[in-house]
Order: sequence, then C-alpha cells, then structure tokens
Amino acid sequence: MTGGSGSATGVTVALPHPGASRQTPLVRLLENERLLAGLLLAPTVVLLTVFIAYPFLMGIWLSLSSTSVGNPGKFVAFQNFVKAWNDSIFRTAFGNTFFYTFWATIFKLALGMWLALLLNRHFRGKRIVRATMLLPFIIPTVLSTFAWRWMFDPTFSVVNWVLYQSGLIVTKLPFLSNGDLAMWCAIVVNTWRGMPFFAITLLAGLQTISPDLHEAASLDGANAWHRFWHVTWPLLKPVTVVVVVFSIIQTFADFQLIYVLTGGGPANSTHLLATYAYQLGVNSGLLGEGAAISLFMFPVLFIVVWVQLRYIRRLEGA
Amino acid sequence: MDSSDTNGTTPTPKGMDRRDFLKTAGVAAAAAGGIEGILAARRAPAYAQGQKLHLVRWNDFIPEADVELKTKQMPEASKALGAEVTLETINANDIQPRITAAIQSGSGADIFHLQYNWPQLYATSLVDVSDIANAVAKAEGGFYDVYKPSFQVGGKWMGMPHSIVGNAVAYRKSWLKEVGASQYPKTWEEARKVFAALKKKGRPYGQTLGHTFGDAPTFAYPLLWSFGGAETDPSGKKVAINSKGTVDSVKFMQAFWKECCDEGGLAWDDTNNNRAFHAGEISASLNGASIYIVAKRQKDKIKDEKGEPMFQDIDHAGLLPAGPAGQFPLYFSTGHGIMKYSKSQKLAKDFLAWLHKKENFEKWFQVCEGYSVASTTAWEKHPMWDKIDKPLQVFRTAARKTRIFGHAGPSTAKSTEAFSKYIIVDMYAKGVQGMKAEDAVKWAEGELKKIYEA
Repeated sequence: MTGGSGSATGVTVALPHPGASRQTPLVRLLENERLLAGLLLAPTVVLLTVFIAYPFLMGIWLSLSSTSVGNPGKFVAFQNFVKAWNDSIFRTAFGNTFFYTFWATIFKLALGMWLALLLNRHFRGKRIVRATMLLPFIIPTVLSTFAWRWMFDPTFSVVNWVLYQSGLIVTKLPFLSNGDLAMWCAIVVNTWRGMPFFAITLLAGLQTISPDLHEAASLDGANAWHRFWHVTWPLLKPVTVVVVVFSIIQTFADFQLIYVLTGGGPANSTHLLATYAYQLGVNSGLLGEGAAISLFMFPVLFIVVWVQLRYIRRLEGA
Repeated sequence: MDSSDTNGTTPTPKGMDRRDFLKTAGVAAAAAGGIEGILAARRAPAYAQGQKLHLVRWNDFIPEADVELKTKQMPEASKALGAEVTLETINANDIQPRITAAIQSGSGADIFHLQYNWPQLYATSLVDVSDIANAVAKAEGGFYDVYKPSFQVGGKWMGMPHSIVGNAVAYRKSWLKEVGASQYPKTWEEARKVFAALKKKGRPYGQTLGHTFGDAPTFAYPLLWSFGGAETDPSGKKVAINSKGTVDSVKFMQAFWKECCDEGGLAWDDTNNNRAFHAGEISASLNGASIYIVAKRQKDKIKDEKGEPMFQDIDHAGLLPAGPAGQFPLYFSTGHGIMKYSKSQKLAKDFLAWLHKKENFEKWFQVCEGYSVASTTAWEKHPMWDKIDKPLQVFRTAARKTRIFGHAGPSTAKSTEAFSKYIIVDMYAKGVQGMKAEDAVKWAEGELKKIYEA
C-alpha cells in the first residue's frame, strides 16, 4: 500500500490491514504468546511423556517390584538391586560394559579423528570417499554384525584363512571361542560401526576452523603436530565432547551387537548390562530383575550427561 | 463365511440377526458336545463372520514342515472351522520376546508355540486346555513323560503338547570305522578314545558350549545327568549340584574337550555344527535329524571326500553315550498355548483339536520324517517309521527317556531361570576354559542357590 497522509513522497509505509481490527477469536487466541508456546510445545511434550517419561517411570516401578511376565508382582523395594549386585554374572556384565565402552570409545575417537583429518584434505574422489565412509553407520547393525560373525566364525573364518594362507598363523585363532578375544572382537566391530559417526561429525567441526589460523601458525613456525594441538584441538574440543558423550551413551547401552555376535558367551565373557537384562527379563520372564539391571546403567549415563551439560553451559558462558 | 456352505456350518435362517445367529450357533455348538462333539459330528462350528485366529510358531528346521502348515493345513483349517486361521513363523529365539510383549500388552497372537517348560513360566496368562489334551492323550496312548512336569501346572494342562524334536549324534560311519569303531561308542570313556583318535586325524567331535537354546543345553544337561549330577534334590528346593558326579562330569568334559573336540565350539550357535559337519570338518555332533535330512535333500551339493553323497555315510546314535549313572537325553519338547487375553479362545481350542485330528497331524508328521516326533506314544506305531531311512528310525522311541531341566526336582519357572542363564552350560564352558572342575561346580552351585534357595 502506498503511503497515506503525511507520508513523504516516494516513501512506502505499511499501514494496519483494514481487516486487522476484525480478528477472529482463534487468531486472537493465538496472539497470546503463552498459549501459542504451549500449543507448539504440546506435541513434543506428549511424545516425550509417552515414549520417554512413561517407560522410564514404568522401568523404575518394575525394578522395585517382583513383576514377572503375566504377574503384576508387589513392591519389594531394592531387593532386585541387591540380588543383582550379589550375582556374579551381573558383576561380570557390569565390568564388561565399562571395559567395552571405554576401549570402543577410545578407538572410535582416535580413528575417527584420524579419518576426519584425512578427509579434510583435498584429493580426487573426496566426495565418494566421504559417502562410502558412512556405510558402516548406515547398514543395519544386525546385518553387519552377522557379516562380522561369519568373518570370526570358529570354523570358516575368512580372517583365519587369510592369516593361515599367508603363513602368519599355524592354527586357527579362537576369535569368538576365547572369552578375552571375543570381547576384543566385539570392540573391533563396535569401533568399525561407530567410527564414521565420529569422523563425519569431527569433519564438520574441522571445516568450521578457518584456514587462516593454520596459515598464521605455519608462518610462526608451528609444525603439523603443533598446529593440531594448539589450533585444531582447542577449536574442535566442544564438538568432540558432544560426540564422545553420545557415543558413551550408545555404547554403554549396546545390545544388538553382542546379542548377534556372541549372545553374551562364551561363559558370560561378553555379556553387557543390556544383554543380561534382556536375558533375565525376557527369557526368564523376570521383568522386575531385568529392569533393575537396566537401571544400573542410569547413574552412569546420568553422570555422563551431567558432565556434558555442565561443559556446554561453561562454553556458553565463556 | 457362507453359513450354508457344504462344510456343514450351522445354517443361518433368513431374517435372523447377528445376535440371534450367534445365540443359535452357540447353542448348536454346545448341543454338539463341545470339541469332541464337533470332531465326532465332523461339522465346523459357527463363528462370527470374519473371525480370525493368529498362530505364531518357530521357523521349522525342516522348511517343508512349515510349507505343509502354511499352504495346506491353514487353508483347510480355515475352511473347516469357518474362520480365518493364519500362521506366522518367526525365529525360535524371537518367540519369547513376542510372548512377553503380548502378555504385558494384553494383545497379540491367539496361540503361541511353546518350548520346553514355558507353560510354567506363563501359566497365569494361558488358558487351561486340559479338555483337548486329555482327549488327545486318551486317544493316542498318553503323552511322553516329559510333558507332565513341563506342560502341566497344578494338575492342569496349560499348554497343548504337540511334538518333540529328538536329538541324536550324527556321525560319519566310515571315519569311525577307520579308527576301529564299527558302531557308535556306548560309553563316554569309549567315546573319548574314539574321538581322540579322530581329532588326531583332523576330524574332531563338534559340540557347542555357547549360549544357544538347542545344542548346548541338550548336551550339557544329559552329560550332567549321566554322571549322576543334578541341579536340585527331588523337592526342587535344595541345590544338589555340588556332588562327586558333577565334579567328575566336568573333569571328564575338560579332557574330552581338549582331546576330542573342535575347540572353536565355545562360540558356536545352533547352526555351526550343521555347517561344519556338511563341510567335512567334524566327525560327529549332537543335533536334530537336520544334518542327515539336509544332506540327503541336497545330495548333489553335500558330498564326502570321495565325491559321494555324504548322507550315505551318516548314521545316528539315538542317545549320547552312557556315563556311570546311565543315559538321559534332554529333547526339545514343544506345544501350543492359548493366550488368556485372546477373544477367540473357543476357536483356538477347536483349532488345536483340529490340528491334532489324526488325519491332519499325520500329514505334518510324515513331512518331518522323524525330525519332530509326536507328543503321544501311539505315533511310534505309525507305518512311516518302517519306510523312512534307517538313520532316522532312532527317533521312533527316542522321546521315551527324555528329561527336562530342573531334575531331580520339578521343572518350575526357577529351573527356566537357571536354564536361560546358561548356568549348567557355562559350568562346563568355564571348566574347558581352564577353571578347576571343583571351582566351576562351586560357581554353578552359588548361582543355582540364588535361584532355587532364595
């Protein structure tokens, strides 16, 4: 609309729409910011309540009850937690979960960082390589773990075959038959699957770092390691912390990989909290005890998330 | 459903509304004398139009058995019962999660395939099927002994026994002969000598001690029992695992493992031994009949080192060798359970009665060729047994001696917990991995006490 009375020539001024004074009740209602905020948040709140809060509270209730499949059970306070703590299989699974998470995260971080640094360079076919790198992350875990299980198969392992044919071994390596080796195999598979997530996220972080900073550091005589340690790493730290925390949460609660690769065997040497909780809750029907074992993960993951949030808040405040 | 079809469904007079129809149909069914009446009258009961029945079973290791059920028996049952009966087959390991989810949510399949002693685990969520079970048992010479402690709860049949997958040791006849064994060893000590000689020739015994629902426990429990070991005393309340028999069995297994077995077996699942056997990597293995049946059905592909079809060189030993206390197998007993939440409980019962009618069960039974045997003893006399290959005939009476875990006590939910925690399997696994036999038994005792004596 062209300017009304009193406007300077050539200047366009927006005037209230003639219909604005005749707002419908719905529009008037939506003009209320508080109400609109509530309405927009409602779907998320409902989803979080139904799919996160309710199952979580239900899990807490189950863990404090003697519920088994088909039997509501009664309140038993912390009996399930005490029983779990006195259970040697639980303690093995608890230790395994920490071991598995620690080493898998270290390897994923180290290799992911290395891959991200490589992919941050310019070379022919860069895009294809970047896309291909994501494959382990894209393929369904169950499917890829089955493939790994075949590769580690005690009788038909292709890895053993290659090592044997090349003269590096004289007897088959017991990849999944030896408890310690089976755990390292699981860590290898987890690293293979999770590394692309680290690499692609760290790569995104690397690309936000101005090349000028590296150039300036080079001019000051910094070598590659110094450039990484004093320029790249400090700027990449916030992204790294977030990725590590996400990875810890996922790895600590891992289920599919172990379930398919070893089923927790041999002799419980690869059982994790999630697989043991499933074994008790589903195969034995002891839902209360299974929930208690799952909830042992909660304090650990809570601390991890708390540290992350604290760190992010500190960064925001800086 | 056409209510006046030739199947003999109760006719619906013109002008009758749905309520009247259902009332009439209900009276007619009751008048016919329930399931027995229906079977005797050879008439399909009347169900509300479009009524459906959903059955979930495992993927059979004999695929032809599933084909028989899916493509022939389900359509026939649908026609006979006047309702839509569907069969869904899933991985055996996935049945328990499905049952758990179904019970907790109060919805899901009407009938589930039950394994081992699951009726003990899900008793409160299953329908009492004593009427059908007793009728079938009476008509067919009674169920095998294993079903009473596993499928009966408080004297009621909470699952309908269906069939038993027998285990037998599949072995290479010629290879055993080469080391001087003209027949399968009768005792564990003989077996140790034979398979030690075979392992030296690169033909070990194949056995899993991994976390598998079939081959590992069906080996470990019988080994324990054959040396006189038992989880509990007869009351089932006192753990009795720490005995001389158990310690001896672990010591034996340690030696047998090292001298005779493919030591990769600690990581095998239920299919590894089949593949290893067919590839000529092992000389013998405890398994269902599938090693032989698959070798025969794929005779052009599965050949021995001379290029001959391998199945010709395979024979079965019906039981694992005897220990000092005897021979006691743990077979894979199965059945069906009707879920309490089902809105089609009567239809489900009628379906199970239909499934167990001689002419229907017989078709499925024959397709299995001995891989699965019936739950009742009368089927031992079936002419099929004289027609099938000799190696499969061992399954004819094999189910007579089978025990169930929990022995020497009752097979309760507690014994299922011990079973699903793989305590007995892991006791042997720990032993063969280097733990002292006494310590492995003590570990198992500690774990079992937390279950049985808590």
